[in-house]
Amino acid sequence: MSHDARTDDAYVEVQRSPEFGELRRRFRSFVFPMTALFLAWYFLYVLLAAYAPGFMSHKLAGNINVGLVLGLGQFVSTFAITILYVRWADREFDPRAEALHTRLEEASR
Amino acid sequence: MTTLAVPALTVPGFAVPAQTNVGNSALNITIFAVFVAATLAIVVRASRRNATAADYYAGGRAFSGRQNGIAIAGDYLSAASFLGIAGAIALTGYDGFLYSIGFLVAWLVALLLVAELLRNTGRFTMADVLSFRLRQGPVRTAAAISTLVVSFFYLLAQMAGAGGLVSLLLGLDGKTAQSVVIALVGVIMIAYVLIGGMKGTTWVQIVKATLLIIGSIVMTVWVLGKFGFNLSHVLGAAVDNSPKAGEKILDPGLKYGKSNLTKVDFISLSLALVLGTAGLPHVLMRFYTVPSSKEARKSVEWAIWLIGLFYLLSLVMGYGAAALVGADAISSAPGKANSAAPLLAFALGGEILLGLISAIAFATILAVVAGLTITASASFAHDIYAQVVKKGDVTSAEEVSVARKTALVIGVIAILGGIFAKDQNIAFLVALAFAVAASANLPTILYSLFWKRFNTRGALWSLYGGLVSVVTLIVFSPVVSGKPADPKTGLSASMITDPSVDFHWFPLDNPGIVSIPLSFFLGWLGTVTSKEKPDERRFAEMEVRSLTGHGAEKAVVH
Repeated sequence: MSHDARTDDAYVEVQRSPEFGELRRRFRSFVFPMTALFLAWYFLYVLLAAYAPGFMSHKLAGNINVGLVLGLGQFVSTFAITILYVRWADREFDPRAEALHTRLEEASR
Repeated sequence: MTTLAVPALTVPGFAVPAQTNVGNSALNITIFAVFVAATLAIVVRASRRNATAADYYAGGRAFSGRQNGIAIAGDYLSAASFLGIAGAIALTGYDGFLYSIGFLVAWLVALLLVAELLRNTGRFTMADVLSFRLRQGPVRTAAAISTLVVSFFYLLAQMAGAGGLVSLLLGLDGKTAQSVVIALVGVIMIAYVLIGGMKGTTWVQIVKATLLIIGSIVMTVWVLGKFGFNLSHVLGAAVDNSPKAGEKILDPGLKYGKSNLTKVDFISLSLALVLGTAGLPHVLMRFYTVPSSKEARKSVEWAIWLIGLFYLLSLVMGYGAAALVGADAISSAPGKANSAAPLLAFALGGEILLGLISAIAFATILAVVAGLTITASASFAHDIYAQVVKKGDVTSAEEVSVARKTALVIGVIAILGGIFAKDQNIAFLVALAFAVAASANLPTILYSLFWKRFNTRGALWSLYGGLVSVVTLIVFSPVVSGKPADPKTGLSASMITDPSVDFHWFPLDNPGIVSIPLSFFLGWLGTVTSKEKPDERRFAEMEVRSLTGHGAEKAVVH
């Protein structure tokens, strides 16, 4: 736990830099809307299950009903968001974060 | 294979205690013993280097993302998930499936908002992150108390469940035998933790999760194979074999759709499930066992794939159990819903498959209990003893020694608590743990990661506010007293079974819908009413570290 003034100042300096502002903006503008999206979709599904059982029980093919398909849709959306996020993080986020990381390493040397 | 091999359970009025088990007790005991011996051997092998705090708490931070992801799945797919969800689907159909979806979607909160940032800022515990830029003493203490409460309730549920499960499978009935089993689980768990630390426990989780998923794939393919690989036919057979529920087993509402109150209760539960996971301390601690935030991301990615796969398998296993074993046979078995998966194994593969699946369930309980004990002992030794009492002035070896002693104490408390709680309704203990995690922990984690102005008073109000409101609302809910008496037995389904005792005023079983918004509100209110100025430098350090990974704890190189 070393808190010499040099590194602390370097943190403040990086935090105020336009590159870090850009990194934070990109991060938040990906994860916040995505979180809102999957929570909204999940609660829509939960509310349908609670208050629209007739719709959910509607049979589509054989014994497969709307509820089962929407439930499996939650699995699909969870897997899809995971893939999207990991791909986004690898391509968009990591290179920028690593560049700032390197800059801090050099500053604290 | 057309005649189901569970005649004992279909005979009405079959209630001879010594014979309520299915399968062959001697065979089951042998398979259990082999499992315990094999996992102990793994623990001993993994424990060669276990000197520093980073070794003991975080396995030297040397696990890969994939290994840790499998271990996370192992931690998460506790007996409640494995036995509970299959059983809930078998008996309550679609509503059991709904339950599993909340458990899965919750992982996106961990993936997007928590895992990587937490890995980059903390060292061993949740409190490391919460107290990073706030006043150490009070915030750490509050975070540690919340960690201990969540871990303790979770632990109690697992221990009590172990007694019931093993008595079902080994034919050990009677109070003494169950208590002996609980004590044995406790002793083996303490051995895992003391010998293996986080490294040993993680390896046990990896082995167990792999076996659990393989076993579930085998059972699922087997079930589907019996119905021409047509899910619709499995569902049809489940309807045919559920005389009470019939068609309704495929529709939502069997369990939660009874009245407006149960619907609100279900929404409240959904809220706690989806927000609780990313606040469970034993899950959070797992993010420190990998060398970087990139590996933490990969851990959650793997965990999501495995947990999602497992719940899809559970859907087939649950309806498969309804189709092949039958709802009546399951609800009249000694473990009720919990016995659906073991009975399905017996119906499919006879004694051997039953023994294997049960041994996996047993290993699940052992491994989850060990992980919880490490989390609780780390929180006490690292947060309360080393940072608050000794103000950081301890060596790593001293801290580990305190953690080991704490693990021993927690083990003994868990054994006694498990024996005491074994006849209680244990499902609510897990719900309680999730409610505290979602109400006290998650709001505080999110505020401290994302809100610059957040301060000490805000953190204390959201942590204690969440904790106290959940516990209070549960105590005065129908879970503890006041559920209507069962006409057959005259006993109430509440924790206090005497129907004349009724002091409940909160109508819901699940407090989340009140306590989660309340805790977010209190965190905001505490912050804006406090004169404390945010520590700009520490916030700069926290924010830069959390996103860039600079200064994050590195893997231990031996």
